[in-house]
Amino acid sequence: MDMQNLVHMANKIGDFFEAMPDREEALLGIAGHLHNFWEPRMRSQLLDYVDAENGKDLKPIVVTAIRTYRSKLVSQH
Amino acid sequence: MLESPRNINSGKTNSGEKDFGTPRRTSGQEVTLEIDGMQVTVAAGTSIMRAAAEGGVNVPKLCATDSLEPFGSCRLCLVEIEGRKGYPASCTTPVEAGMKVRTQSPKLQTLRKGVMELYISDHPLDCLTCAANGNCELQDMAGVTGLREVRYGYDGENHLVSNKDESNPYFTYDPAKCIVCNRCVRACEETQGTYALTISGRGFESRVSPGQDQPFMDSECVSCGACVQVCPTATLQEKTVIEKGQAEHSVVTTCAYCGVGCSFKAEMKGNEVVRMVPNKDGHANEGHSCVKGRFAWGYATHQDRILKPMIRSKITDPWREVSWDEALNYAAAEFKRIQKKYGRDSIGGIVSSRCTNEEAYLVQKLVRTVFGNNNVDTCARVCHSPTGYGLKQTLGESAGTQTFKSVEHSDVIMVMGANPTDAHPVFASRMKKRLSEGAKLIVIDPRHIDLVRSPHVAADFHLQLKPGTNVAILSALAHVIVSEGLLATEFIAQRCEDKAFQQWKDFVALPENSPEAMQEITGVSAELVRGAARLYATGGNAAIYYGLGVTEHAQGSTAVMGIANLAMATGNIGREGVGVNPLRGQNNVQGSCDMGSFPHELPGYRHVSDSTTRHLFEQAWGVEIQPEPGLRIPNMFDAALDGSFMGLYCQGEDIVQSDPNIQHVAAALAAMECIVVQDIFMNETAMYAHVFLPGSSFLEKDGTFTNAERRISRVRKVMPPKAGYADWEVTIELAQRLGYEMHYAHPSEILDEIARLTPTFHGVSYEKLDRLGSIQWPCNEAAPLGTPIMHVDHFVRGKGHFIITKYVATDEKVTRKFPLILTTGRILSQYNVGAQTRRTSNVQWHEQDLLEIHPHDAEERGVVDGGWVSIHSRAGETVLRAKVSERMQPGVVYTTFHFPESGANVITTENSDWATNCPEYKVTAVQVKPVSEPSEWQKKYTRFSKVQHELLGKARQSKSIA
Repeated sequence: MDMQNLVHMANKIGDFFEAMPDREEALLGIAGHLHNFWEPRMRSQLLDYVDAENGKDLKPIVVTAIRTYRSKLVSQH
Repeated sequence: MLESPRNINSGKTNSGEKDFGTPRRTSGQEVTLEIDGMQVTVAAGTSIMRAAAEGGVNVPKLCATDSLEPFGSCRLCLVEIEGRKGYPASCTTPVEAGMKVRTQSPKLQTLRKGVMELYISDHPLDCLTCAANGNCELQDMAGVTGLREVRYGYDGENHLVSNKDESNPYFTYDPAKCIVCNRCVRACEETQGTYALTISGRGFESRVSPGQDQPFMDSECVSCGACVQVCPTATLQEKTVIEKGQAEHSVVTTCAYCGVGCSFKAEMKGNEVVRMVPNKDGHANEGHSCVKGRFAWGYATHQDRILKPMIRSKITDPWREVSWDEALNYAAAEFKRIQKKYGRDSIGGIVSSRCTNEEAYLVQKLVRTVFGNNNVDTCARVCHSPTGYGLKQTLGESAGTQTFKSVEHSDVIMVMGANPTDAHPVFASRMKKRLSEGAKLIVIDPRHIDLVRSPHVAADFHLQLKPGTNVAILSALAHVIVSEGLLATEFIAQRCEDKAFQQWKDFVALPENSPEAMQEITGVSAELVRGAARLYATGGNAAIYYGLGVTEHAQGSTAVMGIANLAMATGNIGREGVGVNPLRGQNNVQGSCDMGSFPHELPGYRHVSDSTTRHLFEQAWGVEIQPEPGLRIPNMFDAALDGSFMGLYCQGEDIVQSDPNIQHVAAALAAMECIVVQDIFMNETAMYAHVFLPGSSFLEKDGTFTNAERRISRVRKVMPPKAGYADWEVTIELAQRLGYEMHYAHPSEILDEIARLTPTFHGVSYEKLDRLGSIQWPCNEAAPLGTPIMHVDHFVRGKGHFIITKYVATDEKVTRKFPLILTTGRILSQYNVGAQTRRTSNVQWHEQDLLEIHPHDAEERGVVDGGWVSIHSRAGETVLRAKVSERMQPGVVYTTFHFPESGANVITTENSDWATNCPEYKVTAVQVKPVSEPSEWQKKYTRFSKVQHELLGKARQSKSIA
């Protein structure tokens, strides 16, 4: 899928959770949202992108959330 | 199988129901009196007329009807009261304890007969050929009073030669038959709240006048039908009744238009609808209606209905009419082929928010069992998905908190991003009634919507914000509540999570969230915001009603949470008159969401990753369910363009017209290998389809709809499906051809399965719905009769959860190239993509979509009222006629999306809500300029549409030759 669009969507999720004062909650929020609402092919594409492009254009908090909870975001099937 | 309750018209009153003459009164105090020697006990404040009717005695009457306040003009309902002089009107005289009333005596008989004689001396005696014959209260009263002769003769001055007003397409006004009872005038005021009618002239000259002696169509009349409903004669009469005569039976069903979900009686002759009459016992509408539900049902039998299944291998091929068997086999084979070639996740389905709950349930079941994935979504994605997300996070349930009736107890009403008088008219009438009784009104909307100022209604505050700044305004309102000490501290301490509350409180208290700081962003003066916040927090019971102007934004979900935060912060939740109330767009948006139509949820809003729920459904369905969420509608398009999503089963939704960035959607559909469209018309999406399965209208099937108040109501079949199958039967047939058996003989059995598997529906059944009329879920062991008000003692999630809602500006920013903001919406007479209403006489009110633009912006661009203008965004360009209007603020333009050729969604972009991907329809940066011809897209569309109609024509032609 259009990578630019996925990056854009992920950053928007980051914008929302970044406002939380508890950083751990924010990171978990981002990862949880991606896990609960993004179809596996969207998530794998995002994970591949983070690996390949070192998270270019993604908000730092999104990259951190993805790296911290990577195992949670890998498709189960 | 369950039978529909069918009623034979008694012919006694306008819609065959008992008329008690004056409205029900509620009072803690009861009064006992004697009527004709019989003891009757009623609530204090009840009229003698109603008390008598409740006791079984129907006092003659003409100007009184129980939907209207008593008026006391016809002098037919006179009674005698022991110890009192004269003959008071029973409709305007309240009961008193110990009163002794006589409803019949020789004197009363003489008086009534005299009154009737006067009426009839100026009334045409064409009863046998009159349209109201068999359903005329004047005729009934002539009979009851024993009128045998008219001593005055008929040659005196009279109104018998008056001209009829035929201007309204749905009803006729015949002044010759008017008895000037004022019922219509009062219905327009009291029931509808439009004040379009009056009595002009005095004495003998008195006649009903729309506007200022104008024809109905030229007046402010909104054609709701309330006047026609209460007219006791044939003065205001449905044209269908004039044409077809009185119905012989009626069936109670539910309207298939907006999320109000009005209950109607379909009055029938055989399989033909004669008229739709709002059901007095209908819990959502209590006898009221709007122009769509009441009159615009002719589409259901329109000649454009496609009644034969069709297939084609490419969208450039002509359609071929085939048998149901061939069409279904073809669709099944294609889906199998695609899955084999591209993988299990390469196909999916779209559930309609117009179809029944049972049909929605079956489509998601088909996707989860037969397709073996979670690629199922519903058109609620593009309207209220942020409501589902936002309310679940904060309150714990993805639904509104109240009944519509609850507004009668509101002291402050906040309407945000909704235009109820156009989009939810029957609820708007309730709201206006409460406002005219003195409730305060706060409107938060970029446009000067009708509610801001209309007869007897005026907003105390209109926060005319810039589109896209909802979250900023909500934070500013919250800031005032926190910083001025207006919090409901006790409520919060008892009912809400403390840590989250403290964090939220600290956040909204930040200086950057003050109305003064936000002023620059929202364009609303800090003083207004402070005033509105104080009113909302301290004005008594305060209720928030919101619509797509809240959800269809990049921060749609954030705004919904912001609304829930406000309600919790002020303790406005969990009782009558308060709450958070999403006004749902389509008839079954709530229901389709409840039924597990979202790709991440099973029925009852339970996430697919929840193994307990998944196992429950796996056991019931005998398959394994994927634990991962599927694709949402916009993701499906992206995946199609990517080559990984190639087949779609789309039931009753027109994604090409209704989804944003049409060119993107069209490209995605064109890339797919098999699109199966199930619809009643050849809609825009069907032009990209390979299989067309004829759908059935709401008149052709049994089922249930769930409205914006979580109210489940029955839809009842009044005629056989025109194409042979109801939609739920088609899904079963398709599933079977894909190797999965669904055994249901009737939709009631589908609901039984839903009830068995969904805790909030445990207590729902067709039998109970027939018994109670309707049920608001949750309905289960804890609430056997349903739940009118939610979150009463505690929140569904336990404790209420405040969530920080930081304003983030949308990426759709105005620039030098695109200096205006386009926002979209709908109008009263048309509905959504217009597929239904465009095929009715409603086009007489709105025959094309217009671009509303402020005079300042128009003048700057040389745009004139009625002239062609192009609207250009980064997504595309279209051309519409301009309407120069001060309803708009400078810098903001507006249009509707009811006509496909308008291409409103050519301009809208694929920007979407961060949480749900609900499109940001309400904010698009555009430029507007005068032009002389249609846009490139429109020319292309016209060519494509013409070719598709020719391809359809070939199918019909080949059939007729064969």
